[in-house]
Amino acid sequence: MFQKTFNWLDERLGLKTIYDTVLDRKVPKVNWWFTLGSASLFLFLLQGITGIMLTVYYVPSPDHAYDSIQYIMTGVSYGWLIRGIHHWGASLMVLIVFFHMLRTYFFGAYKYPREFTWVTGVLLLLLTLGMGFTGYLLPWNQRAYWATTVATSIAGTVPFIGNFINQVLRGGSDLSAVTLARFFSVHIWWFPAMIAGLIGIHLYMVIRLGISSVPKEED
Amino acid sequence: MPVSPHMSRREFVAIVTAAAGTFMGAVIGIPAIGYMIAPALQKVSADVWIPAGPVTNYPVGVPTLFNFNRTKVNGWEKTVNSYGVYIVQHEDGSIKALSNKCTHLSCRVNWKQEATAYICPCHDAFFDINGQIIKGPQPRPLDTYETKIENDILFIHFVGS
Repeated sequence: MFQKTFNWLDERLGLKTIYDTVLDRKVPKVNWWFTLGSASLFLFLLQGITGIMLTVYYVPSPDHAYDSIQYIMTGVSYGWLIRGIHHWGASLMVLIVFFHMLRTYFFGAYKYPREFTWVTGVLLLLLTLGMGFTGYLLPWNQRAYWATTVATSIAGTVPFIGNFINQVLRGGSDLSAVTLARFFSVHIWWFPAMIAGLIGIHLYMVIRLGISSVPKEED
Repeated sequence: MPVSPHMSRREFVAIVTAAAGTFMGAVIGIPAIGYMIAPALQKVSADVWIPAGPVTNYPVGVPTLFNFNRTKVNGWEKTVNSYGVYIVQHEDGSIKALSNKCTHLSCRVNWKQEATAYICPCHDAFFDINGQIIKGPQPRPLDTYETKIENDILFIHFVGS
């Protein structure tokens, strides 16, 4: 029964071909450092799922943000778990993506023909940091408020256009409901969409070009 | 190859994979479902006896209004609702506690001694001293509260959310 259903679908979707191309492709003998990319992907998906779940109760408004998170932490079953995973997963993702970059750098995996994979990877790293930056404001507690005040002020020190950048980030001259709303929007729509797209390109190239092997003595 | 009487390796791996998968699915799925349906599982109904003061505060034959507030919590929001109850002692000692919320469109009814009726200011609904319909558009008599007296203090049984 299962075999028949699978065959029916496979004939139309080419599932076997996808499996062979994506998962059963030839790879050189590598080590555990090569798992960091998959770990990054896993963490992105984990952050996506827990993030979607948090939006069920979270309200991005100065009147409700803090209270709604208190409610998630104390009033909702397993709310502490979902938020805890999102909180710690965020730090872990920055760490893992950074280690993934270090591995690529020290193993020379960014070299021809994988330069463009590296470029998308750099963008992905920056977007991951951006996710950390925008997500940090959302609890709307003292730490979040002042961290964002300081960080946007740092952006304001850019020569000539600093003040303009600061106001774009804040959505005005001060931190306000506008800041919270735009950080939320960027955190749940803009950056995740960009990351998902770039991961698509990144993985396409990983599959198309294959992965590099561990450099040897003579390399 | 001789046929082994035991489970094949492939069967064993399939069963172990299915069992581990089920376990992991439960570990992830149960918190996820619990998280989503949590508000429906929380107890929101209230069942309390509200003290309405000494019985002697309520003169015989004259409905007297007693007001109280109840706080309702929805998520992280608190809403304070006020309730009005007309309490009347009859000559035989029985006590009637009627909600002042008109059963038509929830306006507040007022006791008019000269008309010996509760009259709703919105659409002229008339109720008698026991809350029964005299005339008007209301579909049913005024809602009543259960009462009890302990140490000469009157209590009203509030059941709601």
